[in-house]
Amino acid sequence: MSVAELEGELRGTVRADPRHRPRAATSRALRRGWHRWVSPLVVVLLWQVASTSGLLPSRLLAAPAQIAATAFDLVRSGTLPTAIAVSLERVLLGFAAGAVAGVGLALIAGLSRTGENAIDPIMQMLRALPFFGLIPLFILWFGIGETPKVLLVALAVSFPLYLNTFAGIRGVDGKLAEVARTLRLGRAALVRHIVLPGALPQTLVGLRQSLGVAWLALIVAEQVNADAGLGYMINDAREFLRTDVIVVGLLVYSTLGLLTDALVRLLERRALRWRREFLSR
Amino acid sequence: MAARVPVPVSAPAAAQAPDAAGPVATVRGLTRRFGDRTVLDRLDLTIARGEFVALLGRSGSGKSTLLRALAGLDEEIEGDLKVDGSVAVAFQEPRLVPWKRVRDNLTLGLTTPDAAGRAEAALAEVGLAERARAWPLTLSGGEAQRASLARALVREPGLLLLDEPFSALDALTRITMHRLVLDLWAAHGPAVLLVTHDVDEALLLADRVLVLDGGRVGHEWTVTTPRPRHRDHPGLLTLRAALLTALGVTPEGPA
Repeated sequence: MSVAELEGELRGTVRADPRHRPRAATSRALRRGWHRWVSPLVVVLLWQVASTSGLLPSRLLAAPAQIAATAFDLVRSGTLPTAIAVSLERVLLGFAAGAVAGVGLALIAGLSRTGENAIDPIMQMLRALPFFGLIPLFILWFGIGETPKVLLVALAVSFPLYLNTFAGIRGVDGKLAEVARTLRLGRAALVRHIVLPGALPQTLVGLRQSLGVAWLALIVAEQVNADAGLGYMINDAREFLRTDVIVVGLLVYSTLGLLTDALVRLLERRALRWRREFLSR
Repeated sequence: MAARVPVPVSAPAAAQAPDAAGPVATVRGLTRRFGDRTVLDRLDLTIARGEFVALLGRSGSGKSTLLRALAGLDEEIEGDLKVDGSVAVAFQEPRLVPWKRVRDNLTLGLTTPDAAGRAEAALAEVGLAERARAWPLTLSGGEAQRASLARALVREPGLLLLDEPFSALDALTRITMHRLVLDLWAAHGPAVLLVTHDVDEALLLADRVLVLDGGRVGHEWTVTTPRPRHRDHPGLLTLRAALLTALGVTPEGPA
């Protein structure tokens, strides 16, 4: 069903009973979802056959069954949980710092001309820097411990959040700001009731982008001199040609990325209940 | 406060002690320029307390500019503009805040005690009691416009400004809204300034009809036909012809 069809349906019959909508959409998505699992399963099956027949040597890529067994072992021995805990801590710390910086700066720049003039040019210039290229400098400045890793994540997170929140604040409907004036709202109330909720959808877009880039930044940072964490586990496995461990590490990275993305979606659903589009999901 | 639009902060103070006899709005020599185009040119206007005034004019004649000036939304005006009492506005688009439920739209900026109760009462008055907890985007056009009216009226304004609030509605809904506005006006007694491009609407609703021309009130009629009015009333038919001529249209076609 195309987007246009969905919208048409939404305006017509469905709006009479909006509660009916999500359930129908969910069951349809489930049915469709089942079909979408077929081709990936076939690929895994072919992969397994190629490995068992010796066509795909395990020093290049381990067999799926081998990877599953290794994953089980890594969990039981505690290696994987410990690695995940270390990486998760880096991401959370970096994300928290980056989010506070990004959203905070966006508020200052978004809510006043002076703030914009002071902050926005700098942010736009820094944005152009390839921040993975900063790693050598970060190592010189902060050593090879936790600080440069967390800071790299923070830096990566702050830009999408800054740009989106700033754009969100500036994109708030001027007509609503006029309404606020006719309703005699003061500046603080205007920011609280109109500007911030108005910017929220765009900020949440920034949040999803920034969480995606947070994991990316972590992976890059953990390739550099890590002595613990998922990146360390992967690098260590390379030394011993353990492609099964490498794949397990990659799978964990992507699972964690998907989980955080799902978390933001959940947050979006709750925070943006007022939007009609969400009835069609 | 002369020579200035009452700023939002000081307006409630003025609302405390309105001069019961004086006009609710007095405009003297109001001029508004956009670049080198003069839209309002030394305009004079007085609106009596509780009076229903309709403001007509061709497109671009400055109707909305005058309304925005009275609403305190325009700071680049010259001349004297005095509003004695509080002002509330209902715009052409309902402009409900989409992330606030209907009731919370009404209580937004309402500082009186029992704001929630008053909002519920206002919603009941416009027939939206059961939609109090709805999200604005789920309302129909007519419902949203009624909510917008309720949001303006819950403030018990001395002057209610209506900026073409019915122009986007279908014909049937518009008729219902006309009755509703008259009922609300009778019940609350604010002065109303209705900006419209619909001659019949003006004749059906207003005590006085003004036509903006050349940046001033060019023509003015008092409508004495008792309400409820029917559009085919002979008195209204005569007025309609005069109004259309003033607007540069003869009843048979363009002049």
